[in-house]
Amino acid sequence: MALLEIKGLKAYYGQIEALHGFDLSLEEGEITAVLGANGAGKTTTLRAICGMVKSAGSITVEGENVVGMSTEAIVAKHKIAHVPEGCGTFVRVSQEENLRLGAVTRRYREIEKDYERVYHYFPRLKERRNQQAGTLSGGEQQMLAVGRALMLRPKIMLLDEPSFGLAPIITEELFRILGQINRDEGVSMLVVEQNANLALAISKNAYLLETGNVAMTGPADQIMDDEQVRKSYLGY
Amino acid sequence: MDLFIEQTVSGLATGAIYACLALAVVMIYQAIDHFNFAQGEMAMFSTYIAWYLMDDAGLGLPFWVAFVVCIVISFIGGAAIERIVFAPISDAPVLSHIIVFIALFSMFNSLAGFLFDFTPKNFETPFGHTPFIEGVISSHRVGMIAVTLVMLGMIYAFFRFTPIGLAMRAAAAAPESARLVGVRVGFMLALGWGLAASVGAVAGMLIAPITFLTPDMMLGTLLYGFAGAVVGGLTSPLGAVIGGFMVGILENWMGTFVVGSQLKLTVALVLIIVVLLVKPAGLLGRVVVKRV
Repeated sequence: MALLEIKGLKAYYGQIEALHGFDLSLEEGEITAVLGANGAGKTTTLRAICGMVKSAGSITVEGENVVGMSTEAIVAKHKIAHVPEGCGTFVRVSQEENLRLGAVTRRYREIEKDYERVYHYFPRLKERRNQQAGTLSGGEQQMLAVGRALMLRPKIMLLDEPSFGLAPIITEELFRILGQINRDEGVSMLVVEQNANLALAISKNAYLLETGNVAMTGPADQIMDDEQVRKSYLGY
Repeated sequence: MDLFIEQTVSGLATGAIYACLALAVVMIYQAIDHFNFAQGEMAMFSTYIAWYLMDDAGLGLPFWVAFVVCIVISFIGGAAIERIVFAPISDAPVLSHIIVFIALFSMFNSLAGFLFDFTPKNFETPFGHTPFIEGVISSHRVGMIAVTLVMLGMIYAFFRFTPIGLAMRAAAAAPESARLVGVRVGFMLALGWGLAASVGAVAGMLIAPITFLTPDMMLGTLLYGFAGAVVGGLTSPLGAVIGGFMVGILENWMGTFVVGSQLKLTVALVLIIVVLLVKPAGLLGRVVVKRV
């Protein structure tokens, strides 16, 4: 069974149904891309996994259905680190305190060496460890967000538009590091992206969402070669 | 000149109380974005609990034992109010919160009168009322300042250096992000209310030996506390503390040299209005920009 198995997922904002009941799965140790236009339901899917929107259907993580569980419990129990769109930086505390918060569900003594782990991937953060996090640049905040997620020692990372608002060169670096984290740490990742090329390049499988449903799914390289997808989402 | 020094020093002492209340108000404001109008009445009720614990007609405990027990009870009470009353309406509009604050205000006020009657009571002080420096400050007022400073130092250390203090700050500043890293936000809010209630209880127990214990003892004091919070900036706990001390001193100066003691309370209100007009963020507060 897949590490994360979604069956018939529906999600609601008040009366409005945003996801119309689709299936999606994430295999252990793999990166899966979730693509689609604005409003397709990509972010909502991630939020549903973390229990942040009202949802129906089943979301099974490590064999347990998490629909109806509180966000805090899902994060702590199943080690799911959600890197939200816009980073979710705690702006008024220092950068290192942000990392500390990433490990808030873990024992104090175990986390000391994990700071070094984060700085190994993001050396730039080390120079700014005591800086107030709100004063970091967009790229640094995105790295901090991934670093904060790493502090959980996650099994699954949910990344919501990690490239959003970043310069192309920084985006490329970030995706290179994400690939490295995936290989070195065996973290499974679900990556929501508008920048389909980058996401597909590091992914094994991909899903294409369209207005709350899965329009297409398959291995990432096939999706990348599909003519219709290329025209609609990749722009060439 | 002597009068000036005396008024300044005694302003510092009452300022300590305003600082406590301002801090309690700001702690809750940071978490739920509203003024807790009932903060003063909660503090007053806590003080009655302390009185009951100490009084011979009650349990007859020594002052410091009653002091600690009262803080613990207030903490539990504050946390319970958050869980029972505010957690269910956390998504409700501002007005609902305000109505609940007013309800709490009048409930605590009447309950205190009903349980302990309205006649002013003497409240014991462990510091005595002897002069500490002749003609300048009494021993109780020195005690007030000392206890306040110790408590404020402890709260600062708690928020600054402990993991749970960090989690509380995160929960108040960015609840959604906090939830995503696994902070139990509801639990943290309850802790915050408990802490605020405890801080208020200390303020009540320190001011009661001066004002006497009555159900209305906190009305004026809370206004000064609000003024302190507004002056310092509602988003800054440190600002609230500094603001509280400033208001205490200003109150005495104005009362003694300018407007007379009859109009003293007006000073607090004028101060609130002036600060809100001229520098709404207060001394140390941030300008908060809300997207609409």
